Amino acid sequence: MRRSIRYLSQGRVIEVADFDPTTTLLDHLRLARRRTGTKEGCNEGDCGACTVALGRLVDGRLVYEPVTACIRLLGTVDGCEVVTVEDLAEGGRLHPIQRALVDRHGSQCGFCTPGIVMSLFTLYAAPGPVDRAAVLDRLSGNLCRCTGYRPIVDAALEACAARPDDRPDDLFAAAAAETRLALAALDDGEEVFVGDEDRFFAAPRRLDTLDHILAACPDATLVAGATDVGLWITKAGRDLPRLIHLGHLDGLDRVEERDDEIVLGATVTLEEAGRILGRLDPDIAHLFRRIAGAQVRASGTLGGNIANGSPIGDTPPLLIALDASIELVRPGHVRRLPLEDFFIAYGRQDRAHDEILTRIFVPRPRPNHALRVFKIAKRHDQDISGLLGAVRLTLDGHAIAAARLAFGGMAATPKRAMGAETALVGASIADPASWRPALDALRADFTPLSDLRASADYRTEAAVGLVGKALVEIAGTPTTRTRIAGSREEASHGRAL
Amino acid sequence: MGAPSDAAPPTGDPTTVVGQPLAHESARLHVAGSAAYIDDLPEPAGTLHIVPGWCRTATRGRILRLDLDVVRATPGVVAVLTAADVPSVNDCSPSVGGDPVFAAQEIRFHGQVVFAVVAETRAIARRAARLAVIEVEAEKPAITVADALDRGTDVLPPYAFSKGDAAAAIAASPHVVSDGFMIGGQEHFYLETQVALAVPGDGDEIRILASTQHPTEVSHIAARALGLPEAAVPCECRRMGGGFGGKESQATQWAVIAALAARLTGRPAKIRLDRDDDMVMTGKRHDFRVDWSAGFDDTGRLIGVEVDFLARCGHSADLSQGVVDRTMFHADNAYDYPAARIATRRLMTDTVSATAFRGFGGPQGMVFAERMIDAIAIRLAKDPLDVRMANYYPDHEAESHGVTPYGQVVDDGILRALTGRLEATSDYRARVAAIDAFNRTSPVLKKGIALTPVKFGISFTLAHLNQAGALVHVYTDGSVSVNHGGTEMGQGLMTKVAQVVAEVFGLPLAGVRVTATATDKVPNTAPTAASSGSDMNGWAARRAAEAIRERLATVAAHLLGGEACDVRFVGGRVRIDARELTFADVVKQAHFARVPLSATGFYATPGITWDRVAGHGRPFFYFAYGAACSEVVIDTFTGEMRLTRADILHDAGRSLNPAIDIGQIEGAFVQGMGWVTAEELVWDDKGRLLTHAPSTYKIPTAHDVPEDFHVALWEGEARVDTIHRSKAVGEPPFMLAISVHSAILRALASLAPGHLPPLDLPATPEAILKAVRAMRHPETAP
Repeated sequence: MRRSIRYLSQGRVIEVADFDPTTTLLDHLRLARRRTGTKEGCNEGDCGACTVALGRLVDGRLVYEPVTACIRLLGTVDGCEVVTVEDLAEGGRLHPIQRALVDRHGSQCGFCTPGIVMSLFTLYAAPGPVDRAAVLDRLSGNLCRCTGYRPIVDAALEACAARPDDRPDDLFAAAAAETRLALAALDDGEEVFVGDEDRFFAAPRRLDTLDHILAACPDATLVAGATDVGLWITKAGRDLPRLIHLGHLDGLDRVEERDDEIVLGATVTLEEAGRILGRLDPDIAHLFRRIAGAQVRASGTLGGNIANGSPIGDTPPLLIALDASIELVRPGHVRRLPLEDFFIAYGRQDRAHDEILTRIFVPRPRPNHALRVFKIAKRHDQDISGLLGAVRLTLDGHAIAAARLAFGGMAATPKRAMGAETALVGASIADPASWRPALDALRADFTPLSDLRASADYRTEAAVGLVGKALVEIAGTPTTRTRIAGSREEASHGRAL
Repeated sequence: MGAPSDAAPPTGDPTTVVGQPLAHESARLHVAGSAAYIDDLPEPAGTLHIVPGWCRTATRGRILRLDLDVVRATPGVVAVLTAADVPSVNDCSPSVGGDPVFAAQEIRFHGQVVFAVVAETRAIARRAARLAVIEVEAEKPAITVADALDRGTDVLPPYAFSKGDAAAAIAASPHVVSDGFMIGGQEHFYLETQVALAVPGDGDEIRILASTQHPTEVSHIAARALGLPEAAVPCECRRMGGGFGGKESQATQWAVIAALAARLTGRPAKIRLDRDDDMVMTGKRHDFRVDWSAGFDDTGRLIGVEVDFLARCGHSADLSQGVVDRTMFHADNAYDYPAARIATRRLMTDTVSATAFRGFGGPQGMVFAERMIDAIAIRLAKDPLDVRMANYYPDHEAESHGVTPYGQVVDDGILRALTGRLEATSDYRARVAAIDAFNRTSPVLKKGIALTPVKFGISFTLAHLNQAGALVHVYTDGSVSVNHGGTEMGQGLMTKVAQVVAEVFGLPLAGVRVTATATDKVPNTAPTAASSGSDMNGWAARRAAEAIRERLATVAAHLLGGEACDVRFVGGRVRIDARELTFADVVKQAHFARVPLSATGFYATPGITWDRVAGHGRPFFYFAYGAACSEVVIDTFTGEMRLTRADILHDAGRSLNPAIDIGQIEGAFVQGMGWVTAEELVWDDKGRLLTHAPSTYKIPTAHDVPEDFHVALWEGEARVDTIHRSKAVGEPPFMLAISVHSAILRALASLAPGHLPPLDLPATPEAILKAVRAMRHPETAP
């Protein structure tokens, strides 16, 4: 048991033993360490001004990921390298990304710039060719109100194109071997407990330790990526005195690719889940790309997106359409249930307080399945869905043998459109007239709310529109003719998603 | 891109530093994270932290009870400030009053500040601020334009001006179109929220560091609130993390609260708003309802125009007089109205007071003009660009010039030439044909294209603001510093002014150091607003630098032998013919000769007049022009939209810095695109702003900007004597984004030719789908 957390900064180990569990990485950097290059723009992980890079070892490789320091809890960076904007320049020599941003006039007021530098640093640090789509993806969680982004995108492309053999050429690449050793040395296998039983940050490694803490403190808050819990602290002003971080639990980030299904551990990040599940279908890849900005995807977990029970979480409708199930574990008991049964009512899920969501089982689509996933939001990137629809048809020739239509944003929970599903069975994908009863039934399946994202009327009409679109596409219309972005044909040609 | 016909009056000498695409003076600091914003500065020992408090449960009504005991009792809380703590005037209005620093008797909007917690840490202040008990005798609030019309309350009297008899002209027209539509507001979303630090000094002095576009107003109002002379409360601003108009009047209140806290505690005090507090407590762009009628002939040429702008101003006047007047000044945009009546109401609602935002009312006026032109084109089945061109003011070389509805002769027009150029480079006509063909065979997706102009008047319409001062020092080592009344919010003003000064002395840009704007260096300054920053401060700094250069020339002539008028300052050297000295040597000799090496400069914009009562004059020194061609694709099943290409040709005169100007144009266009498409402010029926953070209020991201994005500067120069014949560029390109809205309108219009799509601003997916449905049933469309 270690009573402190440790992270790497500029090649040195920083050990922090005395911190409040709710301390964010941003406050730690700005207030405790007085490193003020990292900015606070929104304190909710939505603007990217506070972006820093976390370096960690993945299968022995050194990987840098962008995260928003404002909602990342300090305790959760235990074992990582934390790179901030101050660390990039070597002596007076700017990092290639910094240099390119100066040369291309990529800063105006400069307040978002450190975050943009750090997001692009992580892009630069990953080997491989970088195209415009990759740049836009990496900037998906960074807002700039001054430049209109064009010079920033140009700078990123220029700096990455100048890398020899598409490999990073900076002081971090030069120090990579040393950094790997230092990170390996930090990984002492210890469980972390900072504080006392009234206020603590705990990062157990073993499930039985977790059970033990939960038994002693049933009201403790479970947290993984903190992309939601972080906001309870920074926005809602809630005090969360007892925090249990799930990110260090052994095996919970494991991925198992079986013949008939893919099994994802609950703490697999949204970024990683998107990479794996995205191979199943271009629409899945596109959806994960749009779930959140790159920083939130790098921190947030698939388990968290499910377990927090939001009616507008983006992965549950997709997973329900795919007929996924989940595993819940408590001391001495393991159970598996279809994901759709997990969501009972608004804010209520089928999970006992001492149960942990451990794994998600995603059946692979079969050849006679046709899948379509659509997210509707005011903005393409880093926006919360007004509604989201996932359609999986099972086809027998032209006949629709079965249909799973799952929606987010249409009800108090992620929910299937049972009436429309029933009406689709027996319809022909080749006969648009046979779809009509299903589209009519869909209107009756939901009574959505009006809120700031969309009116009830719009939600209903758009839901009908996107089921109609799915049918038109599955019937054979190329998606370049049905979508303003994210066409499946372009994706399958390796183009921009 | 050239404009051979744009022969202008004679200009100054060729320049070497001015006109170069040099990097922003702080660019290296920005990317390294070492550009300090106020919250980044080392805090003076003992600094206290302030968080404003407000009533979360009420929108409007009398305050019955304000119980701050629990707040005061919170450990770490040093003081809690209310209206009773303001020693003198409890108001921070930039105009006619009505903006209390702390609400005293009543609350006027949801988010109005009632008190402020001053504590040892920001975390303590944040927590304590939520513990207040405020009871309000709630009244039913007026939130929307319709509510305000029902209640019949205005923040300022109605105002109108006319040209000819518009009603009679419309009545006699062969065609008439009438329409009404809504224009939404806009949150500035500067990345750095409002922030100020007040530090007590000698005796009663307090120095304020504020993120403000108007340090003079901060100093003035803080002094007035504290009952101190302005000279005792200087205000300083090195840089802002974005402004866009949102730190013109809206930065003052926080600085005043910080100064008050410093005064009452004797300790330094800092206030930095949480993003949500900032969005709830500070003003935004005005939203409008617009009702209009236009009469026109078979060719689409306008005969008469009548328009009523109903502006939702919020609870107080703030800057609404100037803002809504500027809507009126731009209700013609580029079009010569033979007869017009332009009328306004400035409606009072129980919402945060609407304020300055890039364009300052101009965008709303222009949106109307472009919608009217689109409506005429739809009615007559003509290409909208042809209708635009048919109604343009003549270019400057024409024999006769048009006259605006407010009496200004448009004698510097270039839009016919500029539009012609953009029409060609954007391949407009061929793309129109291709889009028409696409739309005929595309049931789900529809495309639209629009090429729209901008003509934007440059000058403050409040005449006394058109003045600027500067202070230039030359040090004996030859280094130079410049100070002026303008503030840096990212627009590159400091870079441009430093270029102007470097040019005067023949130095490289690095030879001139920019310094923080400070009211104890250059006093009585105008806000950095109305796009006027480099026009005015550039001239003032140039005059200061030239005064020093004249003295140096005399010294150099004496040293080198020759006449002062023959002395040249080039490349860090001072020469007459082949004889030369370094700049630093001449400076040193001047100092030994006891020649002053410091000078002030002053500039007042010439030739502007405006008689508001008569509704007549020449309020603008000149006009800035531009045009944009945007193409969009919309999804008629879901209402989603994407901008696929944009081409811009913009007039920055003879650009002081083309890189900075292109940055202003691109940034303004994208910000404008946000306003007309995705940025939607939603208030509930109780007057609570629901979109108060980036999770709910969506400004554009990189993905929203098309790869096919072409921006060019028009090669011309100002026809009046602006600084190096450049033109103001901060605001005008914002309105280029109206082309995006017109393109969406055109895509929708393809669904039912001849019918005007009922599309409001912003064109969110929901608004577009609603218009699609209306167009699918055109019998119900207007």
